[in-house]
Amino acid sequence: MSQAIPAIRVSALHKQFRQTRALDGVSLEVRQGEFFGLLGPNGAGKTTLISILAGLTRADSGHAAIMGHDVVRDYRQSRRALGVVPQELVYDPFFNVRETLRIQSGFFGLKHNEAWVDEIMHHLDLTQHADKNTQSLSGGMKRRLLVAQALVHKPPVIVLDEPTAGVDVDLRRSLWAFISRLNREGHTILLTTHYLEEAEALCGRIAMLKAGRIVALDETKNLLKLTNEHCAQFRLDKESIPEIWQSRVVHGGDGSWRFNFSEYSDLEAVLADLRGAGVRVLEMRLQEPDLEDVFTDIMKRA
Amino acid sequence: MSGLSALFYKELLRFWKVVVQTVVAPVVTALLYLLIFSHVLEAHVEVYPGVSYTSFLVPGLVMMSMLQNAFSNSSSSLIQSKMMGSIVFVLLPPLSYLEFFLAYLGASILRGLVVGLGVLAVTLWFAPLPMPHLGWLLAYALLACGIMGALGILAGVWAEKFDQLAAFQNFLILPLTFLSGVFYSIHSLPAFWQSVSHANPVFYLIDGFRYAFVGQSDTDPLLGLLVASTCFVAISAITLVLLRSGYKLRH
Repeated sequence: MSQAIPAIRVSALHKQFRQTRALDGVSLEVRQGEFFGLLGPNGAGKTTLISILAGLTRADSGHAAIMGHDVVRDYRQSRRALGVVPQELVYDPFFNVRETLRIQSGFFGLKHNEAWVDEIMHHLDLTQHADKNTQSLSGGMKRRLLVAQALVHKPPVIVLDEPTAGVDVDLRRSLWAFISRLNREGHTILLTTHYLEEAEALCGRIAMLKAGRIVALDETKNLLKLTNEHCAQFRLDKESIPEIWQSRVVHGGDGSWRFNFSEYSDLEAVLADLRGAGVRVLEMRLQEPDLEDVFTDIMKRA
Repeated sequence: MSGLSALFYKELLRFWKVVVQTVVAPVVTALLYLLIFSHVLEAHVEVYPGVSYTSFLVPGLVMMSMLQNAFSNSSSSLIQSKMMGSIVFVLLPPLSYLEFFLAYLGASILRGLVVGLGVLAVTLWFAPLPMPHLGWLLAYALLACGIMGALGILAGVWAEKFDQLAAFQNFLILPLTFLSGVFYSIHSLPAFWQSVSHANPVFYLIDGFRYAFVGQSDTDPLLGLLVASTCFVAISAITLVLLRSGYKLRH
């Protein structure tokens, strides 16, 4: 497949649910091999967008295609190219793990998929639970099974809708290691998450949605440049701040002080004035701007 | 395995895993009906000359069990997976609406037939059943399960809560099956209720099915076959149109 064909392409998508405008003209392209983040507050339209890509919802207008296949007209090809890990922790209580994966393979027309099913179970630590009924799995295991189900047909494009919501640290780490490996092997990943540090660490590009519109779309490193709000946290030997800084150096709780700044020269000035006033800095920590600041900023302005 | 056969297999496995509830229970219920009604009525009622009441009752019970279980299979599978959210596993793969329909329909027919065979196996010892028309028997059994399987898909797709499905079942399916001559011949009814019964398609299913067992019926079995086929085509067509539009499943 030519690299020129985008893994995901949506153009001018609109979707209205009764009074709510879920998507209001969303267009974007995700290139093959990208790790792409879709961020936004609850109700921004992320899940609606994913549902349209997966054929679970039909758009009122606009087009969506996976690997060049229109999700409505060529739904068989587009669904074969797409693996979706849904947000809800859903499972079919009638079957065990292996049966679930075998049946899911069958839905995609795959007859002899045992070797791959074994491999996915191995990577997701499901092998020892293969014969357990899905109902008896823990939440984390159910989540792994959902990931496994999305991968039975080796889709080139994988969509993860908040895969780490309510998941413990170990699973989160192993999940990301596995997903990153899939990405390195050439799979395109579309991720929605509320954990912005995850998106920052993993996604090469990020789109931010608000009220059904894209309000930011850029490479993660460019988005991070949008804000230059650094933060310094001090612990001082005296409770006295020079008067001119009193509006900007504020109590940070637990006896520390916070100072937000964009230029390092400001920090230098504060330190100089503190020294001049005879106040000693006992401890200082610097915080670099992160995606959360950018996100908060963009959402406020949009 | 094609997507269709995988979904069919999944639906079979689903009811087979709870076989006590899906097969054994309806067989026992039918047996209880038989014991009670034939005990009370055997000596008092002879519907057709030369046919005992129990011989009359057995085909009706077999048909009633098939109807109710074919309906249950598709409708409860769909409502459960909708409520659980696991319906996405069927909606995400490249299955067409026709494959979706055929898989649920096929599993419902099979469940209906398995239950029907089970009821027959436990009741046939109670009365002579000559079964002179095996072809009619099979045709009616298949059509009846087909109609109810399709209706179950329709109801399962339409219902958003267990409550709504229960209403469908209790206020439509149950009256239609009970008021269709399972336990009596409609000729024993007043003229008005006889003509009302003729508007109930389930009446023709039971009447024709009974014809295959005892060689006698209230109406011409060919007419019944025509009514049943028309019903099957109509219900299937409505269901397919809704499935193609994505009604309540993809919206």
